[in-house]
Amino acid sequence: MKKIIFALFVLLAPVQVYASSGCGQLEHCDAADIDLGNVESLQRGAKLFVNYCLSCHSASFMRYNRLGADLGINDDLLLENLMFVADFRKDPKGAPGKVGDLMKVAMDPEDAKGWFGTPAPDLSVIARSRGADWLYTYLRTFYPDPSRPFGVNNGAFKDVAMPHVLWELQGVTEPVFEQVMENGKPKVDDNGKPVMQLKEVRVVKAGSMTAPEYDNAMRDLVAYLVYMGEPAKLKRYSVGMWVLGYLVILFFFAYALKKEYWKDVH
Amino acid sequence: MTGKMQALLGWVDARFPLTKMWKEHLSEYYAPKNFNFWYFFGSLALLVLVNQILTGIFLTMHYKPDETLAFASVEYIMRDVDWGWLIRYLHSTGASAFFIVVYLHMYRGLIYGSYKKPRELIWIFGVLIYLALMAEAFMGYLLPWGQMSYWGAQVIVNLFSTIPFVGDDLSVWIRGDYVIGDATLNRFFAFHVIALPLVLLGLVVAHILALHEVGSNNPDGVEIKKNKDANGIPVDGIPFHPYYTVKDIVGVVVFLIFFSLVVFFTPELGGWFLEKDNFIPANPLKTPEHIVPLWYFTPFYAMLRAVPPMFSSQFPGVVVMGAAIVVLFFLPWLDRSPVKSVRYRGPYFKGALVVFVISFVALGWLGTQPAEGIYTTFARIFTVLYFAFFLLMPWYTKADPTKPVPERVTFK
Repeated sequence: MKKIIFALFVLLAPVQVYASSGCGQLEHCDAADIDLGNVESLQRGAKLFVNYCLSCHSASFMRYNRLGADLGINDDLLLENLMFVADFRKDPKGAPGKVGDLMKVAMDPEDAKGWFGTPAPDLSVIARSRGADWLYTYLRTFYPDPSRPFGVNNGAFKDVAMPHVLWELQGVTEPVFEQVMENGKPKVDDNGKPVMQLKEVRVVKAGSMTAPEYDNAMRDLVAYLVYMGEPAKLKRYSVGMWVLGYLVILFFFAYALKKEYWKDVH
Repeated sequence: MTGKMQALLGWVDARFPLTKMWKEHLSEYYAPKNFNFWYFFGSLALLVLVNQILTGIFLTMHYKPDETLAFASVEYIMRDVDWGWLIRYLHSTGASAFFIVVYLHMYRGLIYGSYKKPRELIWIFGVLIYLALMAEAFMGYLLPWGQMSYWGAQVIVNLFSTIPFVGDDLSVWIRGDYVIGDATLNRFFAFHVIALPLVLLGLVVAHILALHEVGSNNPDGVEIKKNKDANGIPVDGIPFHPYYTVKDIVGVVVFLIFFSLVVFFTPELGGWFLEKDNFIPANPLKTPEHIVPLWYFTPFYAMLRAVPPMFSSQFPGVVVMGAAIVVLFFLPWLDRSPVKSVRYRGPYFKGALVVFVISFVALGWLGTQPAEGIYTTFARIFTVLYFAFFLLMPWYTKADPTKPVPERVTFK
């Protein structure tokens, strides 16, 4: 029996392949604490996504009407409120797309390369490669850095090419650096300059949102990104409960059948 | 059975050995009555094989083996194909489940001496199945065309380029290109969906035929055929059907409960079954920070990296990795113990077995870590211990004080 328990334990141990090695420049990512069951949060996240992200980033595996069906938004509302991106290459007049369209983007990847030095990555499955906590931290830790082309750097993604497109909402931030100590002495690099570690990024002048409002908005956005990474997640758990329930009941019948047959084996 | 059905069966039996096969392999195949927990994994491996083939058929209906379309077609399956997400997760979880049950199945063979005379060929077919399975899994992993698919394949195919003289040409021949590309993806798809499954199925048939020829071993390592009743039926044998079919159904249901827990609630299993980096489309210009194969290859990957290069060539590591598999073929002849089961073996074998299991699991973990400093040192130690288990076996199994084996099987 102990062997069985051990084998099962090994099978299901929810461990990470890598120990988390910090969060970019920060020691650890903040917990996003999203709630995929909260449809309103997902709707607010979708709104932020199409308004702020979809101008440069595509989500080219996601269809608008899938989002509509899953988040309870009908076709008219979709067309009116979420579908701003006209495909000018397909239609020079810029007629709005169809609700079954994929979330493509108007910006040409070649243009992006020229403007930002790198094409903006597709965000369809970004939450599956980056994880919710990293995204939540990334979206909240842009800080001014005059040495960067767009004047900003990021706590979770050092020297990121993306400008802080949400700055109007968040306001003005300020990084807090701390001297790294080694054997009780301040650590210096090869050139004798002190080695600094980013401790946090704090808001010094609120934008159109207060700091807690902005955090909540980013939580909504991350929840939406997690949903978009795997829309089936919304129904995977509930289907799973039914399957497990069926199997548990089947187990009792299967076990009783085995017992009955094996009565005469000694 | 009604008269008409009986007549139909008679008609078929006159032309095809249906009843004969049914009897030989199921209703009159006598298996020892003392099978324990470890004996579930053979039938479970068959179940997972069927799962992989069935879900694989449906995946090929929507998947596109083209470097510009592959990644998107997998996401299309995940989103736009009805229940596509379920089919894909059954397949991806099934791949890891296959290795779990096969490793446990092989471990069963190891502890009860199921590879020993007269079952050498069953073991050899089994190792060939394991090899085919590794190739199948490796080629299948390229198909989603994510970063780990791409770079994992790059690393493994590059191993062939370390072979002296012919290596470079050989690796180009395997890839069909100078780098992993569209040609590689297409041929790996062909191997994954048709060539290797055919080989696997053929080997599984050979494995089972060989087993049914000599009969199953059991936890006591007693030959039940030595003790038959007046009708020529082994006294300690029971017909596989219905006894083991109904028992295996219980095993199947328990397995499916754990399988479903993964499929529905954590299909990535924290990066062990689906790696995070594989959700980034393959990019030949951007090497990931860590290139790690999936967990079932990591013990061998750790051995590969543990061996220091000689004459600035990684070839010795490749040889060691290959030898780690090849040595398995010789197991039936390396073991000189007069008894089969660990139950009647002495402390030498038991001690060696514990060291072997620890080494294999430790190598599996080390294979996921960066190859540097203390990790490499430990990987070297465990690689030596892995080989010591096999290569010293002729001596320690011969010297091992054994316990007397009972005449009849026991229930424990």
